[in-house]
Amino acid sequence: MRGRPRNAIWAALAIVAGLLLTQSTWWDTNQTVFAQAVVSGLLIGGVYSLVAMGLSLVFGVLDIINFAHGALMTIAIYVSYLLFLNQGVDPYLSLFITIPLMFILGVGIQRFAINPVMDAPIHNQLLLTLGIAIIIENLALVFFTGTPRSIELSYARNEFDLGPITLDFPVKVFGAVVTLPKLIAFIMALLLAALLYLLIKRTQLGAAIRAAAQEPEGAELVGIDVRRIYTITFGIGAACVGAAGALVIPFLFVSPTAGATFNIIAFIVVVLGGMGSIPGALVGGLVIGLTQEMTQLFVSGSSKLLGVFVVFLAVLLFRPEGLFGRVQR
Amino acid sequence: MSRLRRIAQASSRDLMILAAVVTVLGLIPLGVSRFTLSVATTALIFALAGIGWNVLSGFAGQFSFGHAAYFGLGAYTVAVTLTEFSISPWVGLIVGGVIAAAFGLLTGWISFRFGLKGAYFALATFALAEMLRLTFNNLDYVGAGIGITIPLAGGDDWGRIQFEDTPSLQYWVLLGIVAVSLVAVIAITKSRLGSTMLAVREDEDAASSLGINPLRAKMAAISISGFITALAGGYYTQFLLFIDPDLAFGPFVSVAILLRPIIGGVGTIWGPVLGAAILSVLGEVTRSLVREPPSFLQVIEGVNGLDQVLFGLILVLVIIRAPDGVLGWFRRRRQRSAV
Amino acid sequence: MSSILSVRNATKRFGGLTAVDNVSLELGQGEILGIIGPNGAGKTTLFNLISGAMRPDEGEVVFDGERIERMPPHLIAGRGLVRTFQVVKPFSGLTVFENVMVGAFLRRPDPLESEAHALSMLEFTGLIPSADRPAKGLTLASRKRLELARALATDPRVLLLDEVLAGLTPTEGAEMVEVVKSIRDGGVSLLVIEHVMAAIMALSDRIAVIHHGELLAIGKPAQIAKDPRVVEAYLGEEFQIAPD
Repeated sequence: MRGRPRNAIWAALAIVAGLLLTQSTWWDTNQTVFAQAVVSGLLIGGVYSLVAMGLSLVFGVLDIINFAHGALMTIAIYVSYLLFLNQGVDPYLSLFITIPLMFILGVGIQRFAINPVMDAPIHNQLLLTLGIAIIIENLALVFFTGTPRSIELSYARNEFDLGPITLDFPVKVFGAVVTLPKLIAFIMALLLAALLYLLIKRTQLGAAIRAAAQEPEGAELVGIDVRRIYTITFGIGAACVGAAGALVIPFLFVSPTAGATFNIIAFIVVVLGGMGSIPGALVGGLVIGLTQEMTQLFVSGSSKLLGVFVVFLAVLLFRPEGLFGRVQR
Repeated sequence: MSRLRRIAQASSRDLMILAAVVTVLGLIPLGVSRFTLSVATTALIFALAGIGWNVLSGFAGQFSFGHAAYFGLGAYTVAVTLTEFSISPWVGLIVGGVIAAAFGLLTGWISFRFGLKGAYFALATFALAEMLRLTFNNLDYVGAGIGITIPLAGGDDWGRIQFEDTPSLQYWVLLGIVAVSLVAVIAITKSRLGSTMLAVREDEDAASSLGINPLRAKMAAISISGFITALAGGYYTQFLLFIDPDLAFGPFVSVAILLRPIIGGVGTIWGPVLGAAILSVLGEVTRSLVREPPSFLQVIEGVNGLDQVLFGLILVLVIIRAPDGVLGWFRRRRQRSAV
Repeated sequence: MSSILSVRNATKRFGGLTAVDNVSLELGQGEILGIIGPNGAGKTTLFNLISGAMRPDEGEVVFDGERIERMPPHLIAGRGLVRTFQVVKPFSGLTVFENVMVGAFLRRPDPLESEAHALSMLEFTGLIPSADRPAKGLTLASRKRLELARALATDPRVLLLDEVLAGLTPTEGAEMVEVVKSIRDGGVSLLVIEHVMAAIMALSDRIAVIHHGELLAIGKPAQIAKDPRVVEAYLGEEFQIAPD
């Protein structure tokens, strides 16, 4: 109840600001730039959502700050890249390899490295995952050097005949450019989010995961093997970046630190959306994607991330349970 | 042990250890190359930063993942006061410490008032350090992304803490600062303030039921912690004669700071120094191993990143095998053999 | 007998449940007031209201002439009203001595003075042999003694003890009863929650019975044992005459 009038005020303010904006001369000259920022923000935000969903599960269920999440994505990125380079496997086909592969790898890492520190103080968990990230990133450096690489999809600039409409990529939406790989990544991210949501909400495994997240001791009492759930959850978390890794290589430079840049953003999305919440991660990812593009647009000369961190701190202070989280205090 | 002498005995024991540690560390410059000396100086700078981190995160139990904020504020204060206002770095170090302490008090007050704990507090400190890095990266006054270069004084200059002719002096001056900080930490651990911090770390509810104000204890810890870590950052500027946003505020600075006390022993007096010693020896060994490997390991010669892989592996093993750091591991073994 | 602590019409609700319902009681100077009642009767919630861990929805708590019901716990403790916890909360990473030092420091900034005081508290509770052990490894009986020693080290004027006898063997319990009596003889007023009926009857000057959050009866132990309302309330529930 308390929040409602306030929400109404915010909404009214947003509408007034929007109206003023569309009437101003700034709008006339920057309309396209603005549209581009919104579109770019949403598209990359979808990928953030996907990465964050995996992290959110791990954070929410195992209560571990996993700093190796981005590094795991780096592995998926290189696997997908090498498959494309050596076997000519389409990145979107390589999803069928990277997702199960990363699941298995995640299960292994949880079993042998994370499990021993499940009850350790948080600095040890954080350092352990950081150690794993250092190993992975530098192994990538050893094998592939630091040189950034990229791939080009042969069909990225094709024309697609979809019956009533024909899409000639890159298409324009309100003057903003939408490239095919980013659009595919966005759509696939939403699709996988929906699948993951169903898995958590509708299956027995999902029920067990939710139980282990909320009441580990109670879950143990009703016969759920919580350790096994932890292992599987970490595997699912890794599978998320397995998907994300393959989805981003058509438009991102492949390098040992490619995944790491997603890591901290994913954390921010998780806190913003609420620990363990799949819809929260989805909305949070889009919000953060928009925030970073808007920062760049409105605060000249500043880094994209500055606005993201401001939003992050505000959420930590005023709504630490996140947009979709349960109140825990 | 005779009754009624615990505090006095522990204090004199700690001061004796300190004398021994300072003596041993003080001898290092006498027998090493200029390069090794610079490795030792760097190690000591991060040991000092770790001593500061340990006050907040080890003793008061509030895990900071963004101590680069204090380190960087110290580093930039020294650089700016010297290059813009020609103020001696001696003053700059103190001013930097005060600024960092004030930053700690402000951000700490907000965070603790809002009840940030554990992982959330850690992420908030990380975000704050990153925000400082990004801000300094765009601030023309402090040279933005290019950073600030400290002009050479030429020769040995006590006023500017530059010792081009005798780098050992630079090391010894730093060792003096480290020793003073350790004396302060020893005094804190024996005092009411230290007892208060430990109580808050262990259990806030129990602490407040015994008349302790947890917020005040944390505020004291964060300001002392920020001050000491800023001293290290300020000295870093004088040592490198250069500072930029990544060297000052980068995420890996935060990691470098907290790694030493964790490896050595979180919440112990000697953990940061011991951890710094272990890590720098380890770092040099792996680095030289990759640079000039023994004949049977010829393949690894000059491979970029391999030393870091080794480092990561050791880190993971230490965390799994010795979760309380090296000192904790020794204590545990002693307790086990005593039973 | 003048009262040092008064609870006046205190009420605390959790959602639809009224955990403490309009409870009033007075603790006399130098008195031991026992509080009994079935599990979930609201005894610990009452302690939380007095010690500042929770704020009452209605009513007031007056300690030594000052209203304290809106003060944070540390200020209340600082004024000399200190509690122990039903589920003991030792600082498990510290030694027994260091635990008690935390309490001793409250009124003694000087470490050496605090040390002397802490050691005498350890002596009083019989913990000297374990002084340098980590609190983590103590037996339950020793942890309860530690909780008591730590609270006593703050020089309280009023001490709230939440089930210090529960879980102890009869011998340990009897020792604890003697300790509690000598605390009172030292001039401390005590409010004692207890389940072990025989012990609380022997220990208390007066007894208050709480049932479903309400104060059912208050009076001398002999009166309470005969009070038909109390007997009725307890016959339906678990009536523990012996330690569990």
